Amino acid sequence: MTSPAVFPAWQGRPLDEVLYECRELVEDTSFPTVRRWREAGGRVVGHFQVYFPEELAHAAGLLPFKVRGAPIEPAHADSRFGSYLCSILKTSLELALSDRVQLDLFVTHPICDAARNLAAVWGRNVPYPAEILYLPQNANSAHAAGYLYGEYQRLQRGLEAIGGRPVTDEALRRSLAVFNENRALLRELYVIKRDTPWLVTADEAYALVALAGLVPREEHNALLRHTLPLLRARSARRQDKIRVVIEGGFCEQPPLDLIRAIGRSCYVVDDDLLIGLRWIREDVPADGDPLMRLAEAYLERSSYSPVQHDLRKPKERMLLERIRAAGAEAAIVMAAKMCEPGLEEQVAYTRALDEAKVPYFVSEFEENMTSYDHLEIQLQTFVENLLFS
Amino acid sequence: MTSDTGDDTIVGRGNRNGAQLFREWYAGLSAAAADDRRAAYVFVMGSLAELLRVFDFPIVFPEINSLQTAVRHAAHEYLNEAEDYGYSPDICGYVKADVATQLRRGQLPMATIPKPGLAVYTNACNTYIKWAEIWERMYHMPTVTIDVPGTRAAGRQTHAGDRDFENDRRYVRAQLEELIAVCERVSGVAFDIDRLRETLGCTNAMNRGWRRLLDLNRSRPSVFNALSDGTIYLGVANSLRGDAAGATFFTELVEEMEYKAAHGIGTLNEEQFRLIFVGVPCYPIFRRFNELFTGSGGTFVNSTYLWFASGGSNVDFEYDLARPLDSLAEGLLVSVRDAMDSMFFQSPILAGMIDDYQADGIVYHPIKSCRTVSTGLADSRRALMELRDVSSLYIESDMMDRRVVSEAQLKNRVDAFFEGLATRRRQPAAVKG
Repeated sequence: MTSPAVFPAWQGRPLDEVLYECRELVEDTSFPTVRRWREAGGRVVGHFQVYFPEELAHAAGLLPFKVRGAPIEPAHADSRFGSYLCSILKTSLELALSDRVQLDLFVTHPICDAARNLAAVWGRNVPYPAEILYLPQNANSAHAAGYLYGEYQRLQRGLEAIGGRPVTDEALRRSLAVFNENRALLRELYVIKRDTPWLVTADEAYALVALAGLVPREEHNALLRHTLPLLRARSARRQDKIRVVIEGGFCEQPPLDLIRAIGRSCYVVDDDLLIGLRWIREDVPADGDPLMRLAEAYLERSSYSPVQHDLRKPKERMLLERIRAAGAEAAIVMAAKMCEPGLEEQVAYTRALDEAKVPYFVSEFEENMTSYDHLEIQLQTFVENLLFS
Repeated sequence: MTSDTGDDTIVGRGNRNGAQLFREWYAGLSAAAADDRRAAYVFVMGSLAELLRVFDFPIVFPEINSLQTAVRHAAHEYLNEAEDYGYSPDICGYVKADVATQLRRGQLPMATIPKPGLAVYTNACNTYIKWAEIWERMYHMPTVTIDVPGTRAAGRQTHAGDRDFENDRRYVRAQLEELIAVCERVSGVAFDIDRLRETLGCTNAMNRGWRRLLDLNRSRPSVFNALSDGTIYLGVANSLRGDAAGATFFTELVEEMEYKAAHGIGTLNEEQFRLIFVGVPCYPIFRRFNELFTGSGGTFVNSTYLWFASGGSNVDFEYDLARPLDSLAEGLLVSVRDAMDSMFFQSPILAGMIDDYQADGIVYHPIKSCRTVSTGLADSRRALMELRDVSSLYIESDMMDRRVVSEAQLKNRVDAFFEGLATRRRQPAAVKG
């Protein structure tokens, strides 16, 4: 792509300033990168959590923007929903109703009962199309990939209409290459987190990942290519902190300050925060039909979350494996308030952790929370119990 | 049963027979549990009972079990037990009541249900999938998702022959074949396509009756209450789907309702306001909840519940018995999709319902337990008010949890709603002078 950079602030800056700019951008609820993209004549596809085949939007010349709520008051959106719902639903719609972000298409997914309603609610309130991408919910059917191929073809036709150009196999292969590089860079970031967590704090790593949903991937790749070597060369002393895995950030996101607070007590060596941006764990092969390869990768080369049922990936077993692979000593099992899949999974997770004798800390959070003192004290007590027991 | 005529014998027959059939069905489940037979656990939206009957599975509907605990004022005991086990107060009450039921080895106030041999469920409600994962962990038995892709956007329904519809249909058809292999393995019974023809034929008869029943409630006065009577009929429609007794029940029920319509016999002695219900009933105070409306002369002439909780039986679709499996796949796709549409994309459906049933008002009842049904209701109401000039009421409570049901508050809101309806009715007359 030849568009001017939408996030040039980091260029030519030292590491700490780069990371500062990244955190600032992630917390900026005016979403300036989306605005700049549009001001340059670009079009935007907003996709709700968790996973979206961003490569397709990229190949159509569109900016895929990850809709993940925001720490804002849902002043307009609140009246569109009932009570007893998670915050991310309301604040995501608020972004559109308050004109913080302007989209050309909104896509949600059948991840939960609330999110499936979002296409209808959104569609009744904005002038552009809103739809559901029906990612397969029977991951164990031999026909799931074939079905998804057809569903991606349907999505592709819609994206072509918005982008005003066809998505050729060649264009899609180029996009796969851009995203394969991005996946490799994100994996490298997580290796740094795992092997040398004192070199990158939990909130810094989070901000670096989250930018993938805010800027074109070429820019994100350039940022990571610049930043990762600087992180490896950083002079930071290892501290006496326990190594933990955070589980429960697959959809609504904890505030950056909460992640920072956790990082003050623990080394976060792995997590499922923004797992949709890291859903495909390997390169998507470039041979054959690229659309089919993308569909297969969703099912066969992917991570896990409470909103995908796959008999090959029982969630509690996957969590134990994540803890083992990361060399973690404990888990922080979180759930967003009113998040039904997350709250249900907490039961399975904690029972499996009990059985495996892995210490864990259970908590609920909300993207709009502003006070962490109580939670931080509880967490510190948990950590001290582990360190001194 | 005989084909009676005359008020004394025919009027009320459906409710009596429905309740009897329901008791017999639960007695059958208790017998299966006593014999330690393994059941197929299914849900109302896309139960596939027609197919599962071919393999002789006792069929258990955990949603119905759970709501029965609320109707019988025992739900709080079950909810507390599941919350003690670790489940949050903020998840579906049906799930929690079932968790407690499983912890109690299937014991319910009205029966003891057999353990699951397999679970079969669609994605019409995402909680079905999470629910089945609980059984997987408890019983290590097969669970089969039948993924039925829904409508992608408002007004973008697809139909047979459309490229996208055919992609969905092929997917559903293939999953049914995979399900049959699992059923054969679990039950030890070979698939018999002629038995499937029989069960599909019974469902065709039931669904014809269901559609006719809904049509007949356009009568003035309406012949049944969609909230109270309708829930009895739903129980039979689900528990006896694909069964000859169910087909007979609906044939006779239609006969009763045609009789009532022909003789001007309404469900209320004096029908004053015709209402539409949107959402799921308030089961913890089921009878009282209905009386809040009937006490002021209001009766529910239709509901979205009679659409989605019947698994889409309202859809004008009949299985083609000459090609049973293909037709089952298509029927499952269109009926489950319609059930989802009546929850997610309901505004135009409701506008049509208001016209067809000459409704005076519409009652939205979002509930804490169910995001599928409740998430979009506030916005749907706002959209409907732009389509139709009709009175509406929006009241929140729950289908299971009496802790979030405040009868006094509900009554205040309902009374005010009826005052508004009455005022609205008087106003045009006053203007005309």
